[in-house]
Amino acid sequence: MKNELFPWLILFLPLLSATVIALFTLRSKTVSSLISIGAVAAGFVLTCLFVNSNGIHYSGESSVNWLTIGGLNVDFGLKLDALSMMMLFVVTGVGGLIHIYSYSYMDEDAGKARFFAFLSLFTFSMLGIVLSNNFLMTFIFWELVGVSSYLLIGFWFEKPSAGDAAKKAFITNRLGDFGFLAGILMVWGLLGSLNFSALQNAMVANPAALGASATIAGLLVFCGAAGKSAQFPLHVWLPDAMEGPTPVSALIHAATMVAAGVYMLCRTLFLYNADALHVIAYIGGFTALLAALMAVQQNDIKRIIAYSTLSQLGYMVMAVGLSGPTPAMFHLTTHAFFKALLFLSAGSVIIGMHHEQDIWHMGGLKKKMPVTFWTFTIGALALSGIPPFAGFYSKDSILAQCLEQKNYLLFGVAVFVAGLTAFYTFRLFFVVFFGKEKSDHAKHAHESPLVMTAPLVILAVFAATGGFIGITNNYGSQFAADHETLSLAQQFLEPLKTPVPMFIGIGVAVAGIVLAFLLYKNADTDPLPAKLGVLATWMRDKFYFDEFYEKTFIRAHDFLAAVADWIDRWILEGAIIGAIRGGTDLSGRALRLAQTGNLQTYTILFVLGVVLLLYFVLGK
Amino acid sequence: MHVGLQHYLAVSMILFCLGLLGVILRRNLIVIYMSLELMLNAANLALVSFSRFNDKLDGQVLVFFIITVAAAEVAVGLALIVALFRKRQSAHVEDLTSMKL
Repeated sequence: MKNELFPWLILFLPLLSATVIALFTLRSKTVSSLISIGAVAAGFVLTCLFVNSNGIHYSGESSVNWLTIGGLNVDFGLKLDALSMMMLFVVTGVGGLIHIYSYSYMDEDAGKARFFAFLSLFTFSMLGIVLSNNFLMTFIFWELVGVSSYLLIGFWFEKPSAGDAAKKAFITNRLGDFGFLAGILMVWGLLGSLNFSALQNAMVANPAALGASATIAGLLVFCGAAGKSAQFPLHVWLPDAMEGPTPVSALIHAATMVAAGVYMLCRTLFLYNADALHVIAYIGGFTALLAALMAVQQNDIKRIIAYSTLSQLGYMVMAVGLSGPTPAMFHLTTHAFFKALLFLSAGSVIIGMHHEQDIWHMGGLKKKMPVTFWTFTIGALALSGIPPFAGFYSKDSILAQCLEQKNYLLFGVAVFVAGLTAFYTFRLFFVVFFGKEKSDHAKHAHESPLVMTAPLVILAVFAATGGFIGITNNYGSQFAADHETLSLAQQFLEPLKTPVPMFIGIGVAVAGIVLAFLLYKNADTDPLPAKLGVLATWMRDKFYFDEFYEKTFIRAHDFLAAVADWIDRWILEGAIIGAIRGGTDLSGRALRLAQTGNLQTYTILFVLGVVLLLYFVLGK
Repeated sequence: MHVGLQHYLAVSMILFCLGLLGVILRRNLIVIYMSLELMLNAANLALVSFSRFNDKLDGQVLVFFIITVAAAEVAVGLALIVALFRKRQSAHVEDLTSMKL
């Protein structure tokens, strides 16, 4: 391996940046943000150099022994292959653009330096997950990502809603992580190793190595992915996480962290048997459908995109479940481009609108924010799956995967969700950028500065072309040995090989856009609730999942907590500790009576004591 | 009547018990002090008689020590009692309870 040191540098530069900012430069906004941007930009450059010298299809590990306890041998090691290197590009590339965008977006915030320290910490943790070569290290960075996500969602901690959202995200993730840890322990117990390569070799040598518990082990590991990637039933935290600053939503809750679950599934694909994959596929499909329905009736610009993220994550998980890691990772990568683009454009709109997020207060922004309008358009077309934008290629490959696996139910779900996606995306698009200005803020909206629009333009280029610049080649070689490398033109025409999903996909997307155009072109209020009635209310209220959890799980948890509190207060502290304390107190009071202060009483007691001693020593 | 070791020891025990009773029952510090001396001398008598009847001088040596220490103790103790009396105008043990809680 050439330039062996580079991956280590890529990993640790952001940590160094976070440390330096936290310890030395918190006072200076500019220095802090430049350090943080420098760290991630250097990471991107080093990634390019590393891939340039070793090639993207390189595969190897670079590790040091970390600890040995009995039979447990844990390395701190980096796994370098096409999968992790592509993810390095996504995290440092898209992440770097978001860092630059934040430089302007957070300019007026007093906590800008703190923000960049957290951002660097997050980048470090995410790179750790991407590069990790064993389960334990993945788990540690997994938790670190959770912590930095918590810190960033709660960045505006003086708002109670932000604090609550941060807690909700963290606790919901903990639920998934509990299963993840149990799954890791189970895999270790059965296969005796935590190293991904060793595990893969063991599973290839003996596909039944996990025995009867293969399904359970696979699903437990999937629990972790379900938490991080916000899959049903742990999906509730992601929309609330929009309380964080918009660059955070773009970086963590769209492009990278929520994709970590999908990445981990692809990394450990060898663990899952057919049953586990089946469950994973249906959970993914269900999440995609559920989130798309919810997105249709949201009115907060960021929440609509958040539900769309949930829905797209459902697509990716479904693709993994249909044994299609290549389409899943392909969609993950293109999604990182266009979803980060949509979020950052939304952030630009929010800044232009003076922190107004309700789409029914916007309108007519097309003329006032031309750059944002065009970049958002590209992002929306990519998300809707209109050729030749990136989302079309990746979504088409997932649809094709459904048909290839002959799973017509999930194919139907995926097609329906594709239509819904186009519909709610363009509902947002028409309401925000067309029609009348619906508030004073919209009349006085202004375009964002160049530092914010430049990353938008770069991301827009990738969102437009990401479908045919070789992403599938790189992932394909990772997951299938016989994958043929396609030229640019071949990739461009790749969907034509499977015309059925392609035409159905384009058809529903266009139908969704036309429907959105008819309903929302000049709408001042949402016409849908009148047409759909109670269904619209259910969609708006997210199918009452939060309320349901509140009534059941949270109430049950509160009851358990009350019981534990009662036991602690009355049995542990009241009865046991109280008895010991009371006994000591009582005997102390009794013994104090002997202390009369009278010399002669002491003498009598003393003499009696001596007599007693003499009796025992001499009397026998 | 032959006077043996038992007789000496009996006298010694009577003296000791008298001294003990004095310490326990009397209220005046000076009297308690004298009773203490009585107990010491009871011990001296016992030691001397052991020494005499066993034909060894160890007991006598010990008696010299006790007499010396008792003399020193009387000097210190009487000084304390005098000082106490000057301060409190009393030498009664009932009055000396200021260490009690």
